[in-house]
Amino acid sequence: MVTGRQSVVCSGKYAVFTMLFLLLFSAGSAFAQDNPFGQITTDKGAGSLIRIAVANFKPISPDAGLGNYKQTFDTTLFNDLNSAGLFDIVSKDMLPQSTPGFPAELNLTQWSAAPANAAMVAFGNLNLQGNRLVVNGFLDDAHNTQFPQIFAKQYNEEASDDNARQIAHRFADEIIFRLGGGVSGIAETKIYYVKILGPNKEIYEMDYDGANQHAITHLGTVSLSPRVSPDNSRIAFSTLGRDGFQLKMFSLLLNRPVNFNSAGGTNLSPAWSPSGQQLAFSSSRTGDPEIWISDPEGNIAHKITAFRGPDVSPTWNPKTGAQIAWISGRSGLPQLYIMDADGSGITRLTDGGYATSPSWSPNGQFITFAWDRKYGPGAPGGQDIYIMEIASKKWIQLTHDGGRCDFPSWSPDGRHIVYANSPDGKADHTKIMSMLADGTQKKALTGPGADMPNWSWK
Amino acid sequence: MISKQTLTWKSIVLSAAAFAAIAVTGCHKKSTLPPSSAMAPDTTMPAPTASISADPLAIDIGQSVVLNWRTTNATSVSIDGIGQVPINGTQTVSPANSTNFHLVAKGDGGVTEANVRVTVRVPEVPPPPTGNVSNDGPMGSEAIFHQNVQDIFFGYDSFDLTPEAKTSVSMAASYLTSHPAIKILIGGYCDDRGSAEYNITLGENRANSAKTALVEAGVAPGRIRVVSYGKERQFCTDETDACWQQNRRAQFSLDR
Repeated sequence: MVTGRQSVVCSGKYAVFTMLFLLLFSAGSAFAQDNPFGQITTDKGAGSLIRIAVANFKPISPDAGLGNYKQTFDTTLFNDLNSAGLFDIVSKDMLPQSTPGFPAELNLTQWSAAPANAAMVAFGNLNLQGNRLVVNGFLDDAHNTQFPQIFAKQYNEEASDDNARQIAHRFADEIIFRLGGGVSGIAETKIYYVKILGPNKEIYEMDYDGANQHAITHLGTVSLSPRVSPDNSRIAFSTLGRDGFQLKMFSLLLNRPVNFNSAGGTNLSPAWSPSGQQLAFSSSRTGDPEIWISDPEGNIAHKITAFRGPDVSPTWNPKTGAQIAWISGRSGLPQLYIMDADGSGITRLTDGGYATSPSWSPNGQFITFAWDRKYGPGAPGGQDIYIMEIASKKWIQLTHDGGRCDFPSWSPDGRHIVYANSPDGKADHTKIMSMLADGTQKKALTGPGADMPNWSWK
Repeated sequence: MISKQTLTWKSIVLSAAAFAAIAVTGCHKKSTLPPSSAMAPDTTMPAPTASISADPLAIDIGQSVVLNWRTTNATSVSIDGIGQVPINGTQTVSPANSTNFHLVAKGDGGVTEANVRVTVRVPEVPPPPTGNVSNDGPMGSEAIFHQNVQDIFFGYDSFDLTPEAKTSVSMAASYLTSHPAIKILIGGYCDDRGSAEYNITLGENRANSAKTALVEAGVAPGRIRVVSYGKERQFCTDETDACWQQNRRAQFSLDR
């Protein structure tokens, strides 16, 4: 019985894989050739990825301080392009000896020939002018000897290590935008998360690559579920106070909490509509936890679910703003559901187990969520990250045997997923990981003590 | 859990055996008197001896300890906060604060006292259900409250009241009805499996189940504050059924 079921699941999984890949591949966009998702998921070989060489940037001024900025810049740029999921990046060992600082100094055939075999070359120079860091970045098509230049950009910022990193992010995003089918890169995006500080939890912010981790709140209690608004102006989250968990709003522009009206009960797990005009959340103000929608100040609240049992963790379809996925315990263990934003058209997506923490993909086609498919007493099931295609309810599993995973959140380019992982299941060992949306290139962004990541919308 | 039960069972057997032995010796004397006083002829009675122990000596709030006491030559034994108890025995208690269990054994030969201190580690909870150990205040003593209003435990992923929980709730309701000055906080808790957000709503439903049952039994809803902690405040963090069960509960405390 059991083996029979397992084998069915197994073969089913393979079918799902193939199907999802085909779907991703064909549904991607008009830029079929550049479709990163399809390429990543169909072929790990170099053939389908863009072969790009990233030269070390050339220091123009002899200033000693430039060395550190250059190191930061080169490393950041390389890592951004390497983690983009678009490129087959040329190992730095295979780069030509020369360091071109300007287009005239670039010997294209040197870069397009073996061993580099680059199709694209990113290069440029850094210069310190007073206390300004000036960076010129170029992207050349190595096979187009007549008109190789794709673009040139100049960046001019106050000289600091952080700005060297930010300039590298912006240059990387520009390259990704040009070569990635018109989808903006994510190197300038932020991740909001929960930092575990002993018994307390505060809301933190970091760059998408784990750099620049710093506190947003200092409330001295337990704050959970940070969700940044689509315009990056506010963070909604919930905080444990005298009346249990309540929604709070923090303005990133004013750098202080702003008003949010709650009307009794426990209020938690906020979710921004893509317009930024509405907030969905779970509230027990009428007794049973239901999904409610209000404006960003907590006013005009109305209930859209009405069924005994927990309803929690809503997420909007960011493409349409017309549907909400959420977790409901109405039939026992928590399952993943979707409905229209007015509460109609309820569809259950998962067929069992313990499903939590949905996040809707930017293109509206997929939901990533945490799922323990064999949850129950005596069942040592693993909680892993899954993606489900909504139209077909087909799913793939992205994490395997790496400990407890939860809170997946899509990057705005739809190519990455950030999530929380605890290798041994202990809450305070939880760290934040990111991966490509096909489950490859997993890497830790934080050390232990970080949970509930939320990727900014842009 | 199992060891605790064994312990209690053993002690029942032991005290039964002791009782039998005493009864047998008593038979040689007057059979009308209770056995212990039968051991007590008039003036030259030895003073009672008493000892009390607790296992474990330190707990987290919400966990329980087994008190174990032994006396000899005693006719009546009482423990502060519990009342009259058998002369030998065990009892499981879950004090909300660090408590000095003070045992008084009275016998014909005099009075003997014994003490054991149970330390309760209170986690940092923002609305502290702790307060002073003092028995003062209009809400009465913490110990008596917890004796009458006991935490209730839930099945896995469940917020339905079990038959045991219903018994606890009706006992709690009658105590609360007769002590109208008391306001209570019901904390909803979950074990550490599953997801944080879902567990907060589950804890909310657990606390609300308890609240609803109390309100239906006549307790004014205005006296009850409900807070769900989800899995954010764990009493124990062992990956065992016993620990998970300890965490799946609605906890009552005085809302001072």
